[in-house]
Amino acid sequence: MKGGEVMSDEMSCQTMVELVTAYLEDDLPASERDRFERHLTVCPGCVEYLAQMRVTARLSGQRLREDTLDPEYRHELLSVFRSWRNDPRG
Amino acid sequence: MSDPKAGFGSEEDLLAALRAGDERAFVELVDVHAAGMRRFALRFVREPAVADDVVQDAWLAMLRGLDRFEGRSSLATWLFQIVSNIAKTKAVREARTVPVSAFESEPAGDEPAVAADRFFGPDGTHPGGWLTFPLAWSERPEVKLEAAETRAVISAAIDVLPPAQRLVISLRDVEGWPATEVCNVLEISETNQRVLLHRARSKVRGALERYFEDERR
Repeated sequence: MKGGEVMSDEMSCQTMVELVTAYLEDDLPASERDRFERHLTVCPGCVEYLAQMRVTARLSGQRLREDTLDPEYRHELLSVFRSWRNDPRG
Repeated sequence: MSDPKAGFGSEEDLLAALRAGDERAFVELVDVHAAGMRRFALRFVREPAVADDVVQDAWLAMLRGLDRFEGRSSLATWLFQIVSNIAKTKAVREARTVPVSAFESEPAGDEPAVAADRFFGPDGTHPGGWLTFPLAWSERPEVKLEAAETRAVISAAIDVLPPAQRLVISLRDVEGWPATEVCNVLEISETNQRVLLHRARSKVRGALERYFEDERR
């Protein structure tokens, strides 16, 4: 492979950062994914950037979101059901 | 989004039971989805009491629409679509709507994931290459990454996102919905969903980067 060919095909870091999500979603066409991955083999900055986007997505999921339904409210919802059953057109 | 048919053989069985007025089927659905529906409603409306009303109205709308439901989407998708429609209406009244235009695709260049001044310009040594590599923090020990302060940075960054971006990142990354469900429930294209997620994640990443850089000083 000649150096010139590699250069002409090379993806820039600035392009990489805009394609990261499409890459992580596996939405890139095969040829573009190949270029993306080839760039990663030569650019530690973009390797780190990709890792940061992965970590960002993962950490967002660790925000506490364990909320349970208030029993009284749950009871209200059951009343909605019962009145609908008794009179479906309400 | 969880699978609601536990205890019932299939979604068809669950639907049939609901239509027949079987309260166990309703309880099953409520226990699987009501808390998630409430969180979802709170992405559109500000007041918890309003979110409770939205969810209650949504259940009633679901029950009344059961005869018309053809099962083209899953019951869960349909349920969340109803919540989204009712919540949007209420949010207009609360003046906190997710504007429809926010879901329309914008040109990708107008909101770069990383500021242009972080890269070599067209006449630089490596056009479009990093001027300096991003500070490496992705491999910090988990305790550090998962510290309460780090979470607070993420929460704050998500809270200030434009509404449509906030909604999509909340469903995808916070709630863990698959992309297809987000598209189905919000009725947006895959491309739109990805663009919104991309912008949102890029900004949250940027906030983490600033936090870790400040901390180093």
